[in-house]
Amino acid sequence: MGLGAYVGVSAALFALGLICIISRRNILYVLFGVEMVMNAAMINFAAFNHFNGGGLEGRVFVVFLIILAAAESAIALAIVLNVFHLMKTVKPSEADFLRE
Amino acid sequence: MEHHLTALDWKLLLAVPAIPLAAFVVQIFFGRRLPRGGDWLPTAGMFVVMCITVRMLFVALGAAGHGPFFHESVNEGGPVFEWFYQSAEKAPSLNLVAGVLYDGLGAAMLAVVGVVSFFVHLFSMGYMKGDRRYHIFFANISLFTFAMLGLVLSDNLLFLFIFWELMGLMSYLLIGHFSHDPDSPRIKQAAAACKKAFLTTRVGDTCLLFGMAIFYYNFRTFQFSEMWRLGAEAVAANGGEYPAWMTVAGLFVFGGTMGKSAQFPLHIWLPDAMEGPTPVSAMIHAATMVAAGVFLLGRTFPLMSPDVLQFVTVVGSVTALFAATIGCTVNDIKGVLAYSTISQLGFMVAAIGTAGAAVGTVGIGLVAGLFHMVTHAFFKACLFLSAGSVIHGCHHEQDMRKMGGLRKKMPLTFAAMLICTLAIAGTPLFSGFYSKDKIIASAWEAVMGHGGWVGPFALICLALAAMLTTFYMFRLIFMTFFGKPKDQHIHDHAHESPAPMVVSLLALATLGLFGGKMWAMDGDVLGEHTWFESLVWHVDHETGETEQFLYPGIDLSQMNIASAAEARAHDPEHTAHIGHEAHTRALIVSLGVLLLGVLGAALMYLKRLIDPARVTAKFGRFYTTVANKYYVDEVVDATLIRGTMSLSRTQKWIDENIVDGLVLLMGRIHKALGFVGAWIDKHIVDGLVNLMASVIQTTGSVVRLLQTGRIQQYVSFAVAGGILLAAFHILS
Repeated sequence: MGLGAYVGVSAALFALGLICIISRRNILYVLFGVEMVMNAAMINFAAFNHFNGGGLEGRVFVVFLIILAAAESAIALAIVLNVFHLMKTVKPSEADFLRE
Repeated sequence: MEHHLTALDWKLLLAVPAIPLAAFVVQIFFGRRLPRGGDWLPTAGMFVVMCITVRMLFVALGAAGHGPFFHESVNEGGPVFEWFYQSAEKAPSLNLVAGVLYDGLGAAMLAVVGVVSFFVHLFSMGYMKGDRRYHIFFANISLFTFAMLGLVLSDNLLFLFIFWELMGLMSYLLIGHFSHDPDSPRIKQAAAACKKAFLTTRVGDTCLLFGMAIFYYNFRTFQFSEMWRLGAEAVAANGGEYPAWMTVAGLFVFGGTMGKSAQFPLHIWLPDAMEGPTPVSAMIHAATMVAAGVFLLGRTFPLMSPDVLQFVTVVGSVTALFAATIGCTVNDIKGVLAYSTISQLGFMVAAIGTAGAAVGTVGIGLVAGLFHMVTHAFFKACLFLSAGSVIHGCHHEQDMRKMGGLRKKMPLTFAAMLICTLAIAGTPLFSGFYSKDKIIASAWEAVMGHGGWVGPFALICLALAAMLTTFYMFRLIFMTFFGKPKDQHIHDHAHESPAPMVVSLLALATLGLFGGKMWAMDGDVLGEHTWFESLVWHVDHETGETEQFLYPGIDLSQMNIASAAEARAHDPEHTAHIGHEAHTRALIVSLGVLLLGVLGAALMYLKRLIDPARVTAKFGRFYTTVANKYYVDEVVDATLIRGTMSLSRTQKWIDENIVDGLVLLMGRIHKALGFVGAWIDKHIVDGLVNLMASVIQTTGSVVRLLQTGRIQQYVSFAVAGGILLAAFHILS
């Protein structure tokens, strides 16, 4: 299996995450989509690292990204909780006060 | 031999005007709060001034006879105040340097002003008691004195003019003193009188300003000493004749004298000035104001051409006789004295004028006129204050017809007034005799020369005026102090005035007696050597040769008194003889008119042998004319005032109909233009602005549809944008 297969899986995962972000009606699924997009990026880091020299750098980036994703989901969940408190809904289509 | 003043003397001289000025400043700001309204402050100041001026007079007298003496000013180390001073190279025409000029005439005048002003101040402390604006009165009278003292000490025409104007202002304020008192019964008359005084003297002041301008244009200096010197040079350069412009300028300067010294026809303000408080009248009529005009004539005498002097003689003679006739018909005690002042000023002016035509003694008229100014100041101040004392004693009754028999009620006032009446009548041994005698002598000398009709005209006018003076003054005395009381009520309440007033009266009466000549000291009863004359000239009584100290270095016999010089060169013995002859005849004339006047007054008003009513009936229309002051006021009213009024009415019409019409037309045009402008602004300019706004609004509302606030949509847009960018990148 070559680099193309990894990139293909990564692209598929990115596409699925993006669709999830744009189309899901529940904000938690949107967050899942964000995680999927990040995982796609992580696969790319690991794959390119492996096929272009095989050092440690790519894998260290993946570890950082995992921590970053964790931190991001913590903040995102906090925002979601606040949005829920404020709007009594978890549907992004209804929470449209960015318009104002 | 030159005589110089010490530094201390100069400081004292500078203090003379400074003290009343300081008194004025304190009085005007704090007078109300000071005890007694602060009247003691200016009075004490004036006492100091009097002491200084008298001391300086003795310094001057001690130096007299040493030729030209302490004519000190800019060039000679006296106090100098540089004003607009530029170095000679930069602007030689702009050197206005004010200094102090202290010569014989100044010394005499300064002492007169100092003494008379002090006694007027002292008198006012009694007379003005209870006045609403007591402290303001003292402030004003202080500044009035300051102006006169400054005028006397000025060494240049410009500063003389500034003080001259200040005096005009102060006379305005003081004559109108009662116009601020709502309780005064004559508030309107006081307001009208002060306005009249101010405006009438303003006519003369304008003339003086013209004269000054002409002199300055030619001489480029206002300094008296320079003006005299340049005047002498101009005359010499013109072959002993005065240039025409000097005659014109001299007439203008004399116009100033006519205004200030109340010469016909500018005399009309002076009788009305009686509306002021009596001490003010005494001030104006004796030491200040009217004396300033004669003083100016004395200062500018060398600049007056013989033609001007002829005019001066005529004006003075006419004024003297004219005012004396009116004086005989007036019943107001102050009114008599007012016309008497005008008449006496006519004497002074006429005397100075006759100096130009006199043939025996060079400058006799000039000295006589100035001497009369000095003696007149003493006895006229005393007469006015006595009249004030009578008015005060009679509870502000001024009509002589209601008085009578006051001799026993007010013995001291009577004594003072009698002494000064004898002085003004020219009775031998009294001060007025010495000056008046010289005036008549000067007129005689003018007659005895070949001066044409002016000399005889002056002599006849002055002799008649002298007789009438005696007549109306004794009429005043007889009507007021003798006979039976006309109004028992007034008589019963009449009383002698308080001490400050009586002291002033007696002091001034003493000066009225001895002010001309201290004959009690040296027995020189005929007055060959008077103190005033020793200050201003030296006469050799044997030859009639004179030497004057008034204008150092100027030989008047080469200038406007050329007639005397010619006569002397032609026949010296005869000329000397003329001098003696004139004096003898003058003495006879003086005594003759004196006796006639007293006799007439006694017959009519004391013994009642002749009924005054029958005399007036005999004169009929002439009497009515005189009693109405020759209708001068009416003529002035009909010509000048009505003329001015109709002129201003015409101008008002022009202003309202033509000027205002033009302005209104312009206004209408502008209004129409404004409407057009407003339309353009509203429809075109505003339209453009509104168009821009609506375009932006429309665009905004369209673009606004994109902003939904849904983040998933935003993400879609971002992704779509990314894909578009990538596609664009790949395809290009």
